[in-house]
Amino acid sequence: MNLFSRKTTPLKKLTPENIAVNIESLSVELNNKVVLDNISMRIPAYSITSIIGQSGCGKTTLLNSMNRMNELITDHKITGHIWMDKRDINHKRENVARLRTNVGMVFQQPNPFPMTIYENVGFGLKLQQQYSRRQIDDAIEKALINAGLWDEVKDRLHEPAMILSGGQQQRLMIARALALKPQILLLDEPTSALDPLATLFIEELMQSLKQHTTIVMVTHNMQQAARISDYTAFIHKGELIEYTDSDSLFTQPKHKQTEDYITGRYG
Amino acid sequence: MAHIDFNTHISVSFNKELEDLRNAVLVMGGEVEQQLLNVIQAIQFNEASRAEKVVLNDMRINQLEVEIDKECLRILATRNPTASDLRLVMTVSKTTTDIERMGDEIARVAKYISQGIFQIDEQIKLNTIVLGEEIIKMMQKTFDAFARQDVQSAALVFERDDIIDAKYEHIMLMLKDRLRHEVEQLDNWLAIMSGLRALERIGDHCKNLCEYIIYLAGGQDIRHTSTKKMQKKIKALISP
Ligand SMILES: Nc1ncnc2c1ncn2[C@@H]1O[C@H](COP(=O)(O)OP(=O)(O)O)[C@@H](O)[C@H]1O
Ligand SMILES: [Mg+2]
Repeated sequence: MNLFSRKTTPLKKLTPENIAVNIESLSVELNNKVVLDNISMRIPAYSITSIIGQSGCGKTTLLNSMNRMNELITDHKITGHIWMDKRDINHKRENVARLRTNVGMVFQQPNPFPMTIYENVGFGLKLQQQYSRRQIDDAIEKALINAGLWDEVKDRLHEPAMILSGGQQQRLMIARALALKPQILLLDEPTSALDPLATLFIEELMQSLKQHTTIVMVTHNMQQAARISDYTAFIHKGELIEYTDSDSLFTQPKHKQTEDYITGRYG
Repeated sequence: MAHIDFNTHISVSFNKELEDLRNAVLVMGGEVEQQLLNVIQAIQFNEASRAEKVVLNDMRINQLEVEIDKECLRILATRNPTASDLRLVMTVSKTTTDIERMGDEIARVAKYISQGIFQIDEQIKLNTIVLGEEIIKMMQKTFDAFARQDVQSAALVFERDDIIDAKYEHIMLMLKDRLRHEVEQLDNWLAIMSGLRALERIGDHCKNLCEYIIYLAGGQDIRHTSTKKMQKKIKALISP
């Protein structure tokens, strides 16, 4: 009997076709400091995966690994593989610009450019210099609709993005990422600067986005991870301690470190 | 993670809330245990007045269930507990339901005694008291296992229910024999059968409590599994 509609396929039961990102033995050193230590995890497609853990445990670094942002740090050493679509994105011949189109990113603080709403969303598309004005208009409208912002901004597309509220700005950032039709969307604490209502809007938005996009989110808010993510990874001091479906992790964690962290105990 | 220390949260007030919750269950358990002792004594000495007190006191136990459940809800809403904390709160809520039912079973027997329809001869009385004492033991061990969150004792208590079932069946056989020969006392016999069944059911509630204790400690749900499978699961929990 299927009494409850919420049901997540256990990680073990996922077949390779269901995996959007396959991280294999990833280690990252930044300025001679080991930040991620031999991480292996398979991130399911069309689902929300949360990364939780104490400040400084390496969550952002793990997220940044997925679109090679760590390379922006001068002294970095990255080993291991990250497979997306049968390609190892860590391979030196991988086209990083293409990768970052395919893997969108949204940060904690909404950071709209000092431009209009329209220009913010169209920014990435314009850079690509391959679309007509008409195509860009369509893509912007679609991205704003998918980001749940269209109705609120359709009459003021050419006003500065700064006039929007914090929650609207964050949805604008999501629209900016969506305009490039990424397969994967990375969100680094996307709601920590937002009030509860704006947070709820973003959470709902993520639920609808996962129909077409794989979402990986870093969050400080454990209830948020439990509420909206299908899978949750717990990182401690650069190591992946536990990674499973959120329902299991938040009701019956297997590792004491996870238990201590999620129940608020001294580790 | 067979043993969980509920006193190690960073939040001191949360520690206190969970400790109070567990203590409240033990208080409620203590009350029910006293009720059981009283009802067995009322059977032994055929004391209608003592039985009446038991019936009245059952209200108190109902009230305790309501209060503890309210606190469970409050903690769920305000603390958003997870993992073992969540299992504790859920377990307490279910535990109190079972303890409240134990109270109902006891009150049922007490009611028959107070109405004077629980007249039994010495032989059946003796056996009933032996059964009662066995149930008291099981109940004490159950609450003890809850207090210490001790999976191993919970598993052992679980098996005690077989003793109770056997003793109950034995009395039932004797009763059937009596019934054949003394049909005119039908009301009395029906009350006695129903009362004994109520006592036997207390053992089942104790068993439920033990299942919750095992679930709480290890996250293993052993409800409705065969004894063999269950023993295997428990073994895995107990041995590190
Ligand atoms: N550029 C850097 N150089 C050296 N260490 C860094 C650098 N960036 C981050 N770190 C270190 O890596 C660790 C993980 O950082 P980060 O991934 O931002 O953690 P989180 O997102 O979990 O808070 C931290 O201890 C941090 O000090
Ligand atoms: Mg971070």
